[in-house]
Amino acid sequence: MSILVQEQQPAANPFQAPRTAHNARRRVSNIAIVVLSLLATAFAVAVLLYLLLYVLRAGLPYINIDLFTKIPTPNGEPGGGIGNAIQGSLILVGLASLFGIPLGLFTGIYLAEFGGRGAFATGVRFLVDVLTGVPTIIFGLIAWVYIVVPQQSFSGLAGGVALGIIMIPIVARTSEEVLRLVPKELREASLALGATESRTILRVVIPAASSGIITGIVLAMARVAGETAPLLMTAFGNPFFNSDITQPMESLPHTIFTFAESPYQAQINQSFAGALVLIVLILLTSFAIRWATGGFKQRGR
Amino acid sequence: MQQSLSGARSVARLLGGGSRRLSDLLFRGFTMLLVLFVIVIIAAVVWVLVSNSMPTIQQFGLSFLTNQAFDPVHDVYGVGPAIFGTLVTSAFAIIFAVPIGVGTAIFLVDFCPRALRAPLAFIVELLAAVPSVIYGLFGFLVLAPWLQSTGEPWLQKYLGFLPFFQGQFHGLSLFSAGVILVIMVLPLITSVSREVILTTPSAQREALLALGATRWEVIRHAVLPYARIGITGGVILALGRALGETMAVTMVVGNQTSPIGPGLFNTGYTLASVIANQFNEATPGLFFSAVIEAGLLVFIITLLTNIIARILIYRMGHRVGGLTT
Repeated sequence: MSILVQEQQPAANPFQAPRTAHNARRRVSNIAIVVLSLLATAFAVAVLLYLLLYVLRAGLPYINIDLFTKIPTPNGEPGGGIGNAIQGSLILVGLASLFGIPLGLFTGIYLAEFGGRGAFATGVRFLVDVLTGVPTIIFGLIAWVYIVVPQQSFSGLAGGVALGIIMIPIVARTSEEVLRLVPKELREASLALGATESRTILRVVIPAASSGIITGIVLAMARVAGETAPLLMTAFGNPFFNSDITQPMESLPHTIFTFAESPYQAQINQSFAGALVLIVLILLTSFAIRWATGGFKQRGR
Repeated sequence: MQQSLSGARSVARLLGGGSRRLSDLLFRGFTMLLVLFVIVIIAAVVWVLVSNSMPTIQQFGLSFLTNQAFDPVHDVYGVGPAIFGTLVTSAFAIIFAVPIGVGTAIFLVDFCPRALRAPLAFIVELLAAVPSVIYGLFGFLVLAPWLQSTGEPWLQKYLGFLPFFQGQFHGLSLFSAGVILVIMVLPLITSVSREVILTTPSAQREALLALGATRWEVIRHAVLPYARIGITGGVILALGRALGETMAVTMVVGNQTSPIGPGLFNTGYTLASVIANQFNEATPGLFFSAVIEAGLLVFIITLLTNIIARILIYRMGHRVGGLTT
């Protein structure tokens, strides 16, 4: 390494590097990297702030009671709201949770408690990880082929199933991680008291890990609340209030999508208002999770 | 954990605690059942995609990958332009997001004032929490019109000698899609790189610092060689994300086929946007099958990138399990 082979006169101050052209270059390149990496960070932060402020400015004037309680007006006349979309999103996320949370949670329990480092568990873990990278529209296709096509109608049920599949890997992996953090002494103590294995897991291990498990579940719900692509071909959309899960159902992201491409300015405005509602919900959730898990505290190197 | 439970269990057995209870068997059985159900779902995904693609695979074979037309009227289907558009937009995203993302990670670990580290890292991660449709909304109504009126003409004026920046300004273009994807994959690259850089043993850093190295030299010679494999894994993960991104790209890419060429200002298609645009009109038969085969291709491509990425990240011995976005 070139920095070791310096045959220079001893400097006056032995703690000060000699002022040579070589050292000047080293110093300059050091500063250059600090500045460049600072610029990269500034770019990322600026993009987020600009996006948030833009949505806030474009959406805030159109936030009112009607937005949450009324259905869209025909032909994009001013007024009306996106209440049907908010109702639909709540139902869809609820359905997805009914389907995705048990599957995800028990997969996590299996991976942490029973599977260990065996070949089967490693395979399941790998599959679940890979599942997170698959584009969500693929899960929409699955629900479309298995539920929409046989039923010959788009439906909230199909949307809920598609979103539920997306939740599985998120819930499974976060549950596994937090279950592994539960100290083994706790398990041993429970077993030593004569509790059975299932009782130990259900009454001791899971309660000890419950805040982490809930964090994972909330994370997964926030994630699917913003999903659009799989809903295009499953829940589709519905301009009216609808709580029948066998019928097409509107959702907040779907409204944002269709209104964004609308020719009517009133709907474009409502699209931004809807985006603001969605983004505020998701940011609040992120903050809450970060606060609950103590993520704002110093994480030293 | 497995060892601890089975160890305690064998102790219990020694003490005459008897064999496993029925409730334990039931609990294990129930857990296993749900795990198997998850595996069945994954198998069903593969099965749906493969079995429903068979008609077009048999009809067109490999020409499906290169054919220019996706033409329901003449019942001829191909996704050549969509594959081209997918590769171009993803390559663009990676080329620009990697230096910015890794630079941000280096800043957050090494140069940032200690008090700002966690908040800044959180802000960058928030970029990943913003739903895809909001990037699409922003790209469609703000970014693309601006690029058409200002950004693209400016690039053509100063960099127009490059073939990428020639041609008409469409706003909704491969270029817009690339820019949106840069923003979307940035947080993924940053957070994986940051986690990996944090795992560099401090002894390595201190050794170089003791030799009189500057902080950049420490990063260059101690941190980056150590973190290289993990960062590569993160980049491939981001590539998989870019290749499969649907909503935001569909809203800004134009969804019109242009002749394949270097021009980034052309409108285009990606594999995922073909699905989003065409499934609705898909009639049973070859059309339906062609849409599903586009899905199969997206699935295979993202599966391969994810498998490679996971292997690299596992090899770092560092699990990035929380990174589900």
